[in-house]
Amino acid sequence: MSTVSAVYNPTVARLTYKALLGRRRALILFALPVLLILISVAVRLLTGADDSTASSILGGFALATMVPLIGVVAGTGAIGPEIDDGSIVYLLAKPLKRPSIIFTKLVVAIGVSVVFSAVPTIVAGFILNGNSQQMAFAFGAAAAAASVAYSAVFLLLGVITRQAVVFGLVYALVWESLIGSLVPGARTLSVQQWALALAQKIAGDGAGVSSDVGLPMAVVLLVGVTVAGTWFAGQKLRTLVLAGEE
Amino acid sequence: MTTLSIDHVSRWFGNVVAVNDITMTIGPGVTGLLGPNGAGKSTLINMMGGFLAPSTGSVTLDGAVIWRNEQVYRQIGIVPEREAMYDFLTAREFVIANAELHGLANPGEAARKALATVEMEYAQDRKVATYSKGMRQRVKMASALVHEPDVLLLDEPFNGMDPRQRLQLMDLLRQMGADGRTVLFSSHILEEVEQLASHIEVVVAGRHAASGDFRKIRRLMTDRPHRYLVRSSDDRALASALIADASTAGIELDWQEKALRIQAIDFGGFTELLPRVAREHGIRLYTVSPSDESLESVFSYLVTA
Repeated sequence: MSTVSAVYNPTVARLTYKALLGRRRALILFALPVLLILISVAVRLLTGADDSTASSILGGFALATMVPLIGVVAGTGAIGPEIDDGSIVYLLAKPLKRPSIIFTKLVVAIGVSVVFSAVPTIVAGFILNGNSQQMAFAFGAAAAAASVAYSAVFLLLGVITRQAVVFGLVYALVWESLIGSLVPGARTLSVQQWALALAQKIAGDGAGVSSDVGLPMAVVLLVGVTVAGTWFAGQKLRTLVLAGEE
Repeated sequence: MTTLSIDHVSRWFGNVVAVNDITMTIGPGVTGLLGPNGAGKSTLINMMGGFLAPSTGSVTLDGAVIWRNEQVYRQIGIVPEREAMYDFLTAREFVIANAELHGLANPGEAARKALATVEMEYAQDRKVATYSKGMRQRVKMASALVHEPDVLLLDEPFNGMDPRQRLQLMDLLRQMGADGRTVLFSSHILEEVEQLASHIEVVVAGRHAASGDFRKIRRLMTDRPHRYLVRSSDDRALASALIADASTAGIELDWQEKALRIQAIDFGGFTELLPRVAREHGIRLYTVSPSDESLESVFSYLVTA
């Protein structure tokens, strides 16, 4: 027997992305970026290129709504359905390290999230104001950074709970938008704010992009959450009791 | 020689004890794990398959602890009871993926062999989603066999299979047992276990009720009364013809069910008698089913025997 790939397993990756893109809920992966592009085209045609409008669409819709929603679909979808229906048994009954299954699924979830959220965000930025003030790249980078952290968090949710999508949506929509706007302190614990810190750094000063969190702290938190979430998910998978067992 | 050892194993879920201090050794050949639904068979198989930790005791394969030891899967093949597979793949893609996950040197060839073993080549390029239950079962078998494991664990493998598929799978498992592999399958159907297993372990209500050679347990089985529910075109004529034979101990005409409840004491004699008598008297049989409670009574019979 050849040595089984230690960290990244191409077969697990292939199964994961086929499952992710094949399911009905993957429609949301296509629908949201299309919506963003359509809005951007409409706004550009109606109001012309305007930095503050661009900033509110990229920040308010792309980063605040689209990125976390796609993160929920990609992160929980990369493992949740397999655990729900029990087909994960075909991965677990193999001489594979559990953390390598998680890491591979994380890589796929990140890839899918970046393709469906960061790339459309950059495209939308160019449509809205032709990347004036580096806004397309700023929000694109923020979307990519947020995608990494969201993927890790929602993948972990997919491992530890059956209601991963519900919890994910509550976090993405209620915590990030509602609580964040009502309770200032809550914003410090928001992936969106950490990503915004990155956007703030890249965008020009006149872009009006600002975060409640400083860049160094934001990077530490993004990396920390991603690493801790991934590690914990690997540990939980090692002792996963399959549903319907008793 | 590959041996699965279960040593004083208990497993509880909250306040519910699913498996209660069971000790057994499963060696090469075909072993049937027999017990009614909810007896703890799946819990035992899940512990042997490394998907569940025993609450106390140990489950080992040739001395190596199975729980949290993914290296044991080089030797173990598992056919789970649950239906779910990667339905969006074809059978060939699915079995190749399993071979790759095992790190086999030539996954394509291994998959081809495994699919040939279960005679699924004719449909191997169709998506699993389009398969019948029996076909899915065979693909599950192929995925479990692809790395030619020493140990094969099957949880209720005959559920939902038609008689022909059942015989085919039995032949395959018999062959594997004869090749010196350790094959363990669970079932709640006595006749199934009797036909296939050379060795039987009986589990009732989480406890190890009986163990041993099938002839010993079969004797217990044939001595017991069997109950059947029978519907026919002429229940009264059938009843009077059957009661004359020594293999029938009692017959009740159930008015509400519009059926006969028959108690047979000689299982082999009765199964031969019923169709013969019906044919001789020109009676059509609509339903012949063993009553559920009789199955439960068999198990309690075995426990007390």
